[in-house]
Amino acid sequence: MYQFVTGPLAWLSFGIFLVGIIVRVVLYIKGLDWKLDRVTYTVNVSYGIKGAIRSIFFWLIPFGTRGWRTNPGFTILFFIFHTGLLFTPLFLAAHNILLKERWGISLWTIPDFAADLLTIFVIVSAVIIILRRIALPEVRILTTAYDLLVLLIATAPFITGFIAYHQAPGYQFWLITHILCGEIMLVSIPFTKLSHFILFFMSRAQIGMDFGIKRGGMKGKGFAW
Amino acid sequence: MAEGILCNRKPVNTKEDLLALLADKSGKQYYEEMNHLHVDSAALWATIQKSLKSRLRTWLEICAHCGLCADSCFYYLANNKDPKQVPSYKIQSTLGEIVRRKGDVDNAFMQMVMDTAWSKCTCCNRCGSFCPFGIDMGVMFGYLRGLCFSQGFVPWEMKIGSGMHRIYRAQMDITSEDWVDTCTWMCEENEEDWPGLEIPVDKENADILYTVNAREPKHYPEDIAQAAILFHLAGENWTVPSVGWEETSLTMFAGDWEGCRLQVQEVYNAMERLKPKRMIGTECGHAYRATVLEGPYWAGLKTGKTPVESIHYIEWVAEALRTGKLKLDPSKKLKMPVTYQDSCNYIRNAGLADTAREIMSYIAEDFREMTPCREHNFCCGGGGGLNGIGRYREQRNVGLKVKRDQIIATGAKLVVSPCHNCWDAIRDMEEIFHIGIKWSFLKPILLKMVIVPDHLKPENGE
Repeated sequence: MYQFVTGPLAWLSFGIFLVGIIVRVVLYIKGLDWKLDRVTYTVNVSYGIKGAIRSIFFWLIPFGTRGWRTNPGFTILFFIFHTGLLFTPLFLAAHNILLKERWGISLWTIPDFAADLLTIFVIVSAVIIILRRIALPEVRILTTAYDLLVLLIATAPFITGFIAYHQAPGYQFWLITHILCGEIMLVSIPFTKLSHFILFFMSRAQIGMDFGIKRGGMKGKGFAW
Repeated sequence: MAEGILCNRKPVNTKEDLLALLADKSGKQYYEEMNHLHVDSAALWATIQKSLKSRLRTWLEICAHCGLCADSCFYYLANNKDPKQVPSYKIQSTLGEIVRRKGDVDNAFMQMVMDTAWSKCTCCNRCGSFCPFGIDMGVMFGYLRGLCFSQGFVPWEMKIGSGMHRIYRAQMDITSEDWVDTCTWMCEENEEDWPGLEIPVDKENADILYTVNAREPKHYPEDIAQAAILFHLAGENWTVPSVGWEETSLTMFAGDWEGCRLQVQEVYNAMERLKPKRMIGTECGHAYRATVLEGPYWAGLKTGKTPVESIHYIEWVAEALRTGKLKLDPSKKLKMPVTYQDSCNYIRNAGLADTAREIMSYIAEDFREMTPCREHNFCCGGGGGLNGIGRYREQRNVGLKVKRDQIIATGAKLVVSPCHNCWDAIRDMEEIFHIGIKWSFLKPILLKMVIVPDHLKPENGE
């Protein structure tokens, strides 16, 4: 079983994930329409690129935008959650050992205690995100079961990985479940809201080009995100 | 009844239809007919499939429902943080739902959509700058208004406005003759005080082609005179077109995209006919947005630019003050506390925040910024056509509270507001809430402080 989920199934899920996000990017770009969107993407290109870079850059920096600054609690929650989500699986020693064994490559690794801490951060952030969804009327009204499912898909690999790492009874079960959860997450990215993994960059680039080309980018200092 | 006599899916293209609509006071019959208007779901879905492409589809799909847009919306704040005013909720429950149902929606639903699209969003685009994904719900509501318009679910005044543009190429029933007559009349009225004053009509190769808001010839002709005097004092070589003089676009507020194209094309034709060096539009926000920013796209101009460079009136004022074409008497600078109403259309959506501040440095001793201001300023409360829609007057008035509180907090006694919509909203705000403020366009303020060169003074003057 272990061989299967870390072998063919892993290949399949990484394949679907990679091809899926490439298709999403291609479809996104193909679906841009200068006349309908009212942005001349292919004219005034330098303004467009500048606008896109600014639009992505400021939003990737904690407190880099007015939106982040006016919601400090959420901003901290957001960055902790996403840092954990991205860094832990990429730089976890165990993942990289596996990677080295199977494909002969590996990335830098972070110490296990750091990975553990990041995992706890992810899980705790997810709990706070759920509580926030319940507690705040302006978020509750937007929340659907689908939002919770997506959060579960994203967090499940961390919960199961944490249990497996700490050698809870039934280690094999938790390990296999962890791997399956990770694979479900990878496969879900192109097909669910988790597509924001890549579409965040596309969407931010698009609005950045809109402001950079049409909405003032050629006149002012660029939009003060 | 599939379609009504007044309320139907056909845009108004004849004077006869327009008069029939206007005769229906407050749209009583119009809205009654709307209750029986059939939704053409197949056409609605076909339009969506053709026009809802990756940008909007992605926005609808990836919205994380995080609620960060809530506090960005002045309607949400003005309505005691009513969750139903959260921008994401407003667009998901309307456009999102139409898409989910593949256009299969009924009359009651479309009326709810219309009410939401015009009375709960002024398309100020502020939410777009607070969403981590850059989801601009103002853009989406603009799109939704287009869908509503195509189905005939559009507020009475917006249907009239669209008809006006289609028939008169102006938001009001002003013909080319009326317009030229008004210019002549304003010139005659003022030439005694301002010897040599001219309002040149259809002069070719001028440096400036000046375009206006139809409300000016209709209700505030002195605004045209003031513009003429300031151009005269600045020594500008300018002209107005006899045709293509209207810069505004109620068609944009109505979501009548074909009407939008017809309107801006008329102005672009004037540019091509008269070959000015550049076009300057009056102190209006949406007019600039429509004719200068969005218009080239409606007209299919692949550069995204107007046929000649086009600027907002405040850009000309800042330039004239900077270069000394207009000199102001420093002793006449405004002494009272003054604030500036940043118009969404030319500040947030056109990058002119610094230009406005530059002007204020010349005219006000005690300039006070609103909080927030510049790109992040709140809508005046009357944008997106809302000022003119009777059906939503109450909602509009509630929305004004945010701007009222912003102004009060500055302690300013005068609000400089170079935008017709903002100007109207602030005037109405004062009428409703009596907060003891004054409001003004730039032109009258400048005229009070401008230094008149000796050779332009009347002979019997001081």
